[in-house]
Amino acid sequence: MSFFGRIKEGLKKTRNIIMNRMDDLFSRKNFDEDFFEELEEILIAADVGIETTLDLVEQLREKIQEEKLKEPDEVLEALKSLILDILGREPVPLLLEHKPTVILVLGVNGVGKTTTIGKLAARFTAVGKKVVLAAGDTFRAAAIEQLEIWANRSQSDLIKHQQGADPSAVIFDGVSAAVARGADALLCDTAGRLHNKANLMAELEKVHRVVDKALAGAPHEVLLVLDATTGQNALAQAKVFNEVAPLTGVVLTKLDGTAKGGIVIAVARQLKVPVKFIGVGEGIDDLQPFDPVEYVEGIFAPRD
Amino acid sequence: MLFENLSGKLQETFRRLRGKGKLTEKDVNTALREVRLALLEADVNFKVVKDFVATVKERCLGSEVLESLTPGQMVVKIVNEELTKLMGESVAKLNRADKPPTIVMMVGLQGSGKTTSVAKLANLLKKENHAPLLVAADVYRPAAIKQLQVLGEQLNVPVFQMGQQNPVQIAKAALEQAKKNQHDYVLVDTAGRLHVDEELMAELVQMEKALQPQEILLVVDAMTGQDAVTVAESFKERLGLTGVVLTKLDGDTRGGAALSVRAVTGCPIKYVGLGEKTDAFEPFYPDRMASRILGMGDVLTLIEKAQATFDEQKAKELEKKMRTQQFTLEDFMEQMQQLKQMGPLNQILEMLPGVGGMGRKLKGMQVDEKEFLKIEAIIQSMTKQERLNPAIINSSRRRRIAAGSGTKVQDVNNLLKQFNLMNKMMKQLTKMEKGRFKGRGRFPFM
Ligand SMILES: Nc1nc2c(ncn2[C@@H]2O[C@H](COP(=O)(O)OP(=O)(O)OP(=O)(O)O)[C@@H](O)[C@H]2O)c(=O)[nH]1
Ligand SMILES: [Mg+2]
Repeated sequence: MSFFGRIKEGLKKTRNIIMNRMDDLFSRKNFDEDFFEELEEILIAADVGIETTLDLVEQLREKIQEEKLKEPDEVLEALKSLILDILGREPVPLLLEHKPTVILVLGVNGVGKTTTIGKLAARFTAVGKKVVLAAGDTFRAAAIEQLEIWANRSQSDLIKHQQGADPSAVIFDGVSAAVARGADALLCDTAGRLHNKANLMAELEKVHRVVDKALAGAPHEVLLVLDATTGQNALAQAKVFNEVAPLTGVVLTKLDGTAKGGIVIAVARQLKVPVKFIGVGEGIDDLQPFDPVEYVEGIFAPRD
Repeated sequence: MLFENLSGKLQETFRRLRGKGKLTEKDVNTALREVRLALLEADVNFKVVKDFVATVKERCLGSEVLESLTPGQMVVKIVNEELTKLMGESVAKLNRADKPPTIVMMVGLQGSGKTTSVAKLANLLKKENHAPLLVAADVYRPAAIKQLQVLGEQLNVPVFQMGQQNPVQIAKAALEQAKKNQHDYVLVDTAGRLHVDEELMAELVQMEKALQPQEILLVVDAMTGQDAVTVAESFKERLGLTGVVLTKLDGDTRGGAALSVRAVTGCPIKYVGLGEKTDAFEPFYPDRMASRILGMGDVLTLIEKAQATFDEQKAKELEKKMRTQQFTLEDFMEQMQQLKQMGPLNQILEMLPGVGGMGRKLKGMQVDEKEFLKIEAIIQSMTKQERLNPAIINSSRRRRIAAGSGTKVQDVNNLLKQFNLMNKMMKQLTKMEKGRFKGRGRFPFM
């Protein structure tokens, strides 16, 4: 399947759900209060969140006035454009500019960190890069074994300690090994943690510090994994993780379900961190670069 | 944080409602707008919110609220009652088979916390002297079986597994083993799956047929957003769901998904997960969840204290005003109106902010019910300027106010005299009580 085809696949359900209503909405000519209310509802139903939704709709009202928009199409374009103002218009690539490029993967429990690492590793090895994985989740039962399977699948090396070991130590070893082996990328798994657990966030801070100590300038990428089914809490997650380990990107997983993942709009608006990848399945190939235009088109495109 | 803002806004709205004698439809709408926003912000599905707000509004607009002495509090009470009603009114127990073993299937989306919940439930049952058998039927996710085995080992509970074979076959074999080894509970960990994955949903249906479980628990991440409704509806459509397990509630999510899932499935939430360790598992308390979702701190306490509730900030403001003698007739009336809602008028002085138990000293201020109405009418006939600065009320103004309120000039004079007296005494009291006032956010009656 083509690149766009895959994204579309991932977004198809997103689209279908709200499509009927969008069509109805934008085939209407006069923009009365009901119109805006319904628009609000569509965005809220997509988990965009109240604050961002109200802000978007408010801006849209102004735009309609200022630019004297009359046609539904024009209004739709204006709304897309407002969302793209937030998400950015160009995909933001993840480049392996360092040797090794150290990538830290963070997130709350069960969002898809380990799977994303497996998929990312496979992307890199597929183009001939040498990849090392560090099993930094020493807490969850069988987390190391899970990553090990992904290391095999993606033909990457694995650096691991025992369950219960200090995650900083594993990741330190990971960095050393990646340097020694001349790897192009080091992907560091971390245990899922809720952002309101101070001790676990402190542990993460330490991991971040240790990475820098092991290799000056590292980590080069800090990716926060967000589950598309997550609601408003993702904002708090992003905010706190960003404080502990400044984020360079977001990965939005499970977009193959019916959840719309609109919370990334709110997150991007708040933190100005780009979404870099989307997860569209459990398979090794089910990871795609995030294309904002595609995403927004996917949300508002007419029915097939 | 946004939550706090919203919660604060909500409190502010309710406080405003408390401040008024009568609750208009507009007031109810204002309050319910905030409720609506709070619920949406808490991730309750927008359709569920719509229905909910409609129900509450209907109840609010009934005479019960409008004629109540404390309308704002009635709204809070109704919102809370309806929320609790929706959440399920009592703690739900695990179903049991007439003839053991009792079979429990855990189902849900990927990453929702099924495996951990299976282990936690096993732990709970073991503590009640049961003998559970865990079944590793997640044959898809890498190392899922191993994860359950590790947890089983930790808990000293046996785990049945057959590697990556057909999950339905595994389940059947596990059941045989459970019977043979006299396990009284069989807990099946199934693979996470999307509700739109036809093949995997069909697999669950087959498993249900083969096992005839007493419980099929849908495991839902408390942080789930609007989509919780779609997911729960789909699982409910295909399977005989009997309950819900709400996980990761130790986070700071408001957990509106609980309400959504409950509303669309009608299934009780039976357990909540409160941490990563196997003992972080509790029965679900609907009333606690209701106030968490509403985000008003402890709404129940609020209602319990409804007899004497003053907003703390407002109280502080008043305290400051009194100290600087900026306590105006407007404040006076507002206080009177709030106090009128709180009980017999002869207790008003006792309860006046800053006066507390010393009210008896203010004999000149004694008012009865009729007096109060008079005072209210007089103050209502004043302009805003006059209320804020009673010193400008000269004799012609007094005549106008008396005429406007249907009272005598003498009454207006009396009120102003009493108000001045009160202000003066408050100033004295404040001086006297300065030490006592310092560092106190609350008034004696709160
Ligand atoms: N449908 C779907 N499932 C996914 C996707 N990404 C991950 N998953 C599944 O989500 C579940 C959890 O993924 P993990 O990678 O273990 O998540 P994690 O964040 O590492 O979890 P913890 O380490 O336990 O916190 C697994 O069953 C994955 O197969 C995706 O894009 N779509
Ligand atoms: Mg993991």
